[in-house]
Formats: sequence, structure tokens, C-alpha cells
Amino acid sequence: MVREVAESCVDTMLMEMVAMYSGRFYANKPELAARRIEAIGYQVGHQLSERYTMERPRFSDHLEAIKFICKDFWSEVFKKQIDNLKTNHRGTFVLQDNKFRWLSRVSIDPSPEKETEDPLSTPGESKAAQAVSMYLYFPCGIIRGVLSNLGIPCAVSADISSLPTCSFVIRVKA
Amino acid sequence: MAPVGPRSGDAIFSSIDRVNAELFMLTYGAIVRQLLTDLEEVEEVNKQLDQMGYNIGIRLIDEFLAKSGVSRCVDFKETAEMIAKVGFKMFLGVTASVSSWEADGTCCSIILEDNPLVDFVELPDTCQGLYYCNVLSGVIRGALEMVSMKTEVTWTRDVLRGDDAYELQVKLLKQVAEEYPYKDDE
Repeated sequence: MVREVAESCVDTMLMEMVAMYSGRFYANKPELAARRIEAIGYQVGHQLSERYTMERPRFSDHLEAIKFICKDFWSEVFKKQIDNLKTNHRGTFVLQDNKFRWLSRVSIDPSPEKETEDPLSTPGESKAAQAVSMYLYFPCGIIRGVLSNLGIPCAVSADISSLPTCSFVIRVKA
Repeated sequence: MAPVGPRSGDAIFSSIDRVNAELFMLTYGAIVRQLLTDLEEVEEVNKQLDQMGYNIGIRLIDEFLAKSGVSRCVDFKETAEMIAKVGFKMFLGVTASVSSWEADGTCCSIILEDNPLVDFVELPDTCQGLYYCNVLSGVIRGALEMVSMKTEVTWTRDVLRGDDAYELQVKLLKQVAEEYPYKDDE
């Protein structure tokens, strides 16, 4: 039987991790906090992928590996699959989760000037949006960790146009 | 032991949302690793883990009270049993036992045989001073503080340091009387 813990254990731990790095350690340096949080996610993704791919054959191409994330990996971690996968067939993949669990209880003031927030850019975004984007570095790091462990170096960003829908954009490095 | 609240730890654990424990333990492990890299001093890592636990505890107590339906514990003994039998079970899916009571009933040990935080953990020689599970002691301290009990929680046994079980000593420092009505200027 798969061992489980209460969801609130993971939820509160992630909240505290973000609060610790973006509130206490690097309150005035969000980019440093972001890098640390991403690194923690990377480590987790790296280790989880090792466990979940133990008994599978090697993935034949990038798409196979991405599909593994959408189906098997997402199911293990979030108990659901990615809802929509798009690709331009040139190394960019967009994974859309219509009800991303780690954002399902997050609310945000709709800022009239700008609705889409990208955690890797946009200076001058509203404080609230920045706070939400802090939570996204962790799953972005996880995805990057999984793919890099499968031999696919990439950059991952997230896009939250309408909460709790969340899209992860993977750009495979050529 | 005084009668437990309306719901047992098992019943609550089976009815709440649960997640894969590997995600939980690996995430915690990655946080500890990152802290060790960033803070360098093991003592400081212990402190941050405890602080993290405290902040988690002050939130989890609400969920505990809401989902367990327990009412006021008559004494600290009942409180300790409640943490061990209901608290650990409903959040981590394991039960702990309580022992080593001091005669005045203000200090006891909570013993954890099965600890889901450490399934993949081994401490390297460079981290010997680390209390890897310090988040747990912080959680207990934070949760009890929210129900008017100031406590001191310390590790007395730790499998990662070569002992045969995980043992937390919980010492009741004082019961803070609830003041009501609260003064406006506070």
C-alpha cells in the first residue's frame, strides 16, 4: 500500500517554505528567494522521477517523457492528470491543469492593469500576484528536475491567467 | 485515559484528503538540504525548522479541532494522549505513545516508532548536530500555544542519531489564562 499523509501537511509545509524564503530570508530580494524555492523543487522532482521511472523502459523521445509527466507523474503527485497538452513540435510544451491543487485555495485580487503573471519576469507586477507566483517556483522546479533527470535540459515557467487554472510552459534547450 | 472525542484518529485520517507521503518526505528533505546549504550553521537550521514547525502548528490546531470534534482536555495528560493518538494519526497516519510521566503531570515523553519524515534519510557526518525532525517539535509547541499552553519540546531520542526510537519530551511550562474580554488597545 502506498503510504500517505494528510494533504494539509504538504500544503502548510509549502506555505511555510515560501514564507521562510520570501518573507524571512530574502524579503527584499524576491529573485533570490525564487531561485532557492526552485532549487528545492528541482531536488524533489529529480528524486521523484528516479522512483517513478524505475520500472519503465527508456523514453524514446521528448514527447514520451512529457506525456509521462502529464499522466503518471501528475497522478502520483496530484491524483489527477494534466488536462491539456499543447506543443509547437519545436521544443515548447504547454501543460495545462484546470484545477491545480496547490493553487486551489489561493485567491488573488484581480489587478485591472495586468492579468497574466509570469513568475520569471514582469517587474512592477502587483504584490499579490508576486506572492502567488512565489508558490509556482516549486512546481516549476519539480518539472525541471524530472525532465533533467530524464536527460532533457529545459526551462520551465508558469502562467496563471485564471486561477486555479495553471499552465506550465516547458522550453526544451536545444 | 479520559474518553476520546467523538472521532478516532483512524476515522479522521481515512476521511480527509491525503497525498502521497513520498512527496511529503522528499519535499521536507529538500528543504532541510537547502537550509543546510544556505545557513551553514547546523544550529541555525535547527532553529529555522523549529520556527517552520511552530508556524505550521498554529494553523494545524484549527484543522485538528475542527475535524476531530474533541472538546477541552481535563488535564495535560489527556492533552498528550490526544496529540499522540489523534493528532499524529490524523496528519501523519501514524500513532505515537505517551510515557515517562513526571509525578506532577507536567512533563512526559511522546514516542514515535514509525516516523514518515525519515524514510529515505541518513545523516552525513557533517550534520551530526542536526535535529532533522525539528519541525515536529515546533508543530506541537505551536499547536499547544494556541490552546493556551506554553510548552518546551525537545528531542531526547532520535533514530538518525543512533537511538532506537524517536522520543520527544514535552514539558508544560505554564497554562496561560485566557483573558476575556480582550482590551481594545491590545
